[in-house]
Amino acid sequence: MYTGKVFKYGDNVDTDVITPARYLNTSDPAEYSKHCMGDIDTYFVSKVEKGDIIVAGANFGCGSSREHAPIAIKTCGVSCVIASSFARIFYRNSINIGLPILESPEAAENIKADDMVCVDVTTGEIKNITTGQVFHSAAFPPFISEIIKAGGLINSIKSKGGENEL
Amino acid sequence: MGMTLSQKILAKHAGKSHIMANELIEAKLDLVLGNDVTTAMASTIFDEAGFTNVFDSNKIAIVLDHYAPCKDINSAELCVKSRLFAKRFSISNFFDVGDMGIEHALIPEKGLAAPGELIVGADSHTCTYGALGAFSTGIGSTDAAAAIAQGSLWFKVPPAIKVNFQGKLNNHVSGKDVMLHLIGLIGVDGALYKSLEFVGDGIKALNIADRFTIANMAIECGAKNGIFPIDDITKEYLHDVVEREYDILVADSDAEYEQEIVIDLSQLSPTVALPHLPSNTKKIDEVKGLSIDQVVIGSCTNGRIEDLRVAAAILKERKVAHDIRCIIIPATQKIYLQAIKEGLIEIFIKAGAAVSTPTCGPCIGGHMGVLAKGERAVATTNRNFVGRMGDVTSEIILTSPAVAAASAVIGELASPFDL
Repeated sequence: MYTGKVFKYGDNVDTDVITPARYLNTSDPAEYSKHCMGDIDTYFVSKVEKGDIIVAGANFGCGSSREHAPIAIKTCGVSCVIASSFARIFYRNSINIGLPILESPEAAENIKADDMVCVDVTTGEIKNITTGQVFHSAAFPPFISEIIKAGGLINSIKSKGGENEL
Repeated sequence: MGMTLSQKILAKHAGKSHIMANELIEAKLDLVLGNDVTTAMASTIFDEAGFTNVFDSNKIAIVLDHYAPCKDINSAELCVKSRLFAKRFSISNFFDVGDMGIEHALIPEKGLAAPGELIVGADSHTCTYGALGAFSTGIGSTDAAAAIAQGSLWFKVPPAIKVNFQGKLNNHVSGKDVMLHLIGLIGVDGALYKSLEFVGDGIKALNIADRFTIANMAIECGAKNGIFPIDDITKEYLHDVVEREYDILVADSDAEYEQEIVIDLSQLSPTVALPHLPSNTKKIDEVKGLSIDQVVIGSCTNGRIEDLRVAAAILKERKVAHDIRCIIIPATQKIYLQAIKEGLIEIFIKAGAAVSTPTCGPCIGGHMGVLAKGERAVATTNRNFVGRMGDVTSEIILTSPAVAAASAVIGELASPFDL
């Protein structure tokens, strides 16, 4: 269960604005995360608190395959990202590094900036504490749930003795 | 129900006779690719995971292209990490400065991508090799670390969109215009999670460079991959670069497509994408005249010899306009050398353009052409997102090499027909 304040963004938030490549000359997350979301929200890094939630429109995380993007979001303390849809590589990367992401067009449409939201990642229930509205995201396929439960892809492979069989 | 070309390749690599869209499979990989930005991270993850060996040192490629030749100490450290990893595991396909090129131009040139193969790369434009009938797609660094260790990955089998090309391209219209047109039509998430299956008689009139450009930008409409069937043009290209045998698979006639888009190539005109999305497309005549500060011709999208020939034909005996910086970057050393042999580099330099060693540099706002506040560039690159090439207030207009070269000469966003 995660409870946090909402940072709200629109459609097509790309990985270049999440983590601009001009700061990716380092692989130190503490360093490149200082610029997270900066190109569309100058105050994100100074305002975000541990547990806060990002809610956005369609195609969140489009663009580059850089895993720095979900890592930076996680490093900044964001507990989960809710969007009406996610770009494919970002979706995969988030699962692989253990950043919870939920697809819910209704939640994305109705939740506003600064609302307090409570998310149950296991059931997919998204509750807007500020308005009382409740939304549901589609459940992950069992195979992906296993990866999430194991704490990411690497742990999942290791827990199966090196083979990642379906 | 039959399978698409993408599905057939995935089925073969999963050891299955049949798979369906949206099925989850585990598939064996023919090549895993990384660059300087993503390999450094993958090598850390690889070690932290306790992996001790790579699955096959001949099936991994590492190309130092994003920040190389290194622009500062941090980027030099990234390259050191990649070098050490390559050395530790005797990675045969490791390409460093002097040898490297922009990865998606280099990998086909080195014969590392062939029809029917399954290729993943820690770079979103890995989808480029679909031009050769390979299933190739971008992944992150954790997937790359796992792929390097075990030689396989899980995939969700993509549903398909059929893109049916008809007719022939007109003068000054290229693969870039085709793809910008398609992205404008379906949007930046129009093919999310899906494969773009390019078919139709029009393909015969698309040269291999056009196909690379089209497949390269499949990711810009959210596609997992974009793939062309194998024909005489593919075989002719492969004849000089791939010695091993490859599988020529074809889509089943009853394969399922969620959508079909027909594009009459003869109806297309030079198309550009205005800031800040590749889908924000306009025909050049609607928007020409916009002021610009810089022109970049290069990248994994348009840095091939064919692109340089187009630019040179326009820049020959002309000058880059006084207030414009024109930067031209051949995508690989081989392309660079060929451009020298053909006299293209001399044309560029006489025109007043700067010519650089291969690098992704300006496309990612890394180096070699970063934009200041409020500046606007015309670029043959693939993304015009906010801040992509420099300051957050700078702007990028995506174009073909012909439009870029014409813009450099005229000094504003311009049509090659106006020269």
